[in-house]
Amino acid sequence: MGWDESRKMGWHDLPAGGLIPLAGNAEKYKTGGWRTFRPILDLGRCTDCAICWFYCPDSAIVFRDEEMVGFDLDHCKGCGICAAVCPPKITAISMVEEGEASRQFGDLGVVTLAEKAAA
Amino acid sequence: MGTIVGFMGNQAVAEAMRQIHPDVCAAYPITPSTQVMEIYSQFVADGKVSTELVPVESEHSAISACVGAAAAGARVMTATSAQGLALMHEILYIAASMRLPIILANVNRALSGPINIHVDHSDSMGSRDAGWIQLYSENAQEAYDNLIQAVRISEHSDVLTPVMVCLDGFTISHSIERMEILSDREVQAFVGTYKPRSPLLDLDHPVTYGALDLQDYYIEHKRQQREALDRHALRVIREVGAEFGALSGRHYDVFEAYRLDDAELGVVVMSSAAGAVKESVDALRSDGVRAGALRLRAFRPFPAREMARVLGQLRAVAVLDRADAFGTPGGPLFADVRTALFDVPNRPQVVSFIFGLGGRDFVPEDAERVYDRLRTVAATSQTEPMCEYLSVRA
Repeated sequence: MGWDESRKMGWHDLPAGGLIPLAGNAEKYKTGGWRTFRPILDLGRCTDCAICWFYCPDSAIVFRDEEMVGFDLDHCKGCGICAAVCPPKITAISMVEEGEASRQFGDLGVVTLAEKAAA
Repeated sequence: MGTIVGFMGNQAVAEAMRQIHPDVCAAYPITPSTQVMEIYSQFVADGKVSTELVPVESEHSAISACVGAAAAGARVMTATSAQGLALMHEILYIAASMRLPIILANVNRALSGPINIHVDHSDSMGSRDAGWIQLYSENAQEAYDNLIQAVRISEHSDVLTPVMVCLDGFTISHSIERMEILSDREVQAFVGTYKPRSPLLDLDHPVTYGALDLQDYYIEHKRQQREALDRHALRVIREVGAEFGALSGRHYDVFEAYRLDDAELGVVVMSSAAGAVKESVDALRSDGVRAGALRLRAFRPFPAREMARVLGQLRAVAVLDRADAFGTPGGPLFADVRTALFDVPNRPQVVSFIFGLGGRDFVPEDAERVYDRLRTVAATSQTEPMCEYLSVRA
């Protein structure tokens, strides 16, 4: 089945019925640009309970070796569910206005890490 | 000759389903189609078929389950009527636009309200633009034959469109008819093994069904649907009809032209009412009236060119609609027929009759009144009133 991403295919070439002959290519569609608030992780408070990972609707919580390392900012839409479900005694995630977060923590990337709050 | 049996329409449908032997049936009961699945579920319980029968909580769920199963790569069938078909409505568009070859037996019943469980075509007419192929069966024999052909039509690589086989509620579904059935082996050979285009269960070739289109792609996908129905479906319906004719002795085309060759007055009608119309044609012909009839089988896609060819030389045509399209000049079938004839030089006058709603009976005497009107229309070229209700109490 033809699939040419270099151009917008016409009705002759497109697979019939809106079928995409790939699995999971939604990953290429970067919804991170929709964000108004960015989740910022305080690594010092995080206990790797993974409740935020469980609830994130965009699978944008990144774990490595069973440790929370941050967020997939290419796809995080800033819904704030992670911050809302992080247990009240932990509150490791805060939502920061995107412009402010960008100035403080840099441009969109795959993962952002919050520096441990200066003691 | 096949095996001669006495079957009700619903039984004939269930028998066709048994012989086709789909992988999945998801269905919900509604009068007058309920017995299709009652009979079929007995086949399942008795181990006569290995179909995965999914008893769901509503018709919306039924068609949704069918869509999922079809996308997975299964051969899928279901049955419903009236409010059930209406409840399926949003998913019908999805089944067609996802190009899934689902087969649905629609036992025609009037859409409420008021609540009425008897035959008219308002249910299938309400879904005429959903993108499905619609075949209308005159009797139980044809319902059986249409279902078997529907498998080949819908799965054809140039078509890939779901098919709705319609049969009149109670009149056909609950009437016992002498008919012939093919052998299991013949049906299996005719429908063949299903080779799904892109089954979800083929993990070596992963695909995505049901993705979002934005403004830059939706219309291209719709253009594909028009191409399939416009350019290919009619041809495939005729090819499969010819092949079925070679197998069974019953040849099918997009319509049945009855004594139209030299006709001056013609009636266009679908489904069981055609019987009464043809009776009337025979009576008029023996009185020397050049009457004929066209029983339309394929309503979607609509065979406009073929219809113009056989009706173009008539003087007056009446279209019998067993459903109305309120707020328009006539019934839904009438609109398509009139459009088909518009460009014909010396086109016939075309008028609309609404009949038989909610199961109001239609008999040869009613057909005679239609031909009487046609005589007047042909003589005067006057088409007013353009739309009349037959057999209604004032």
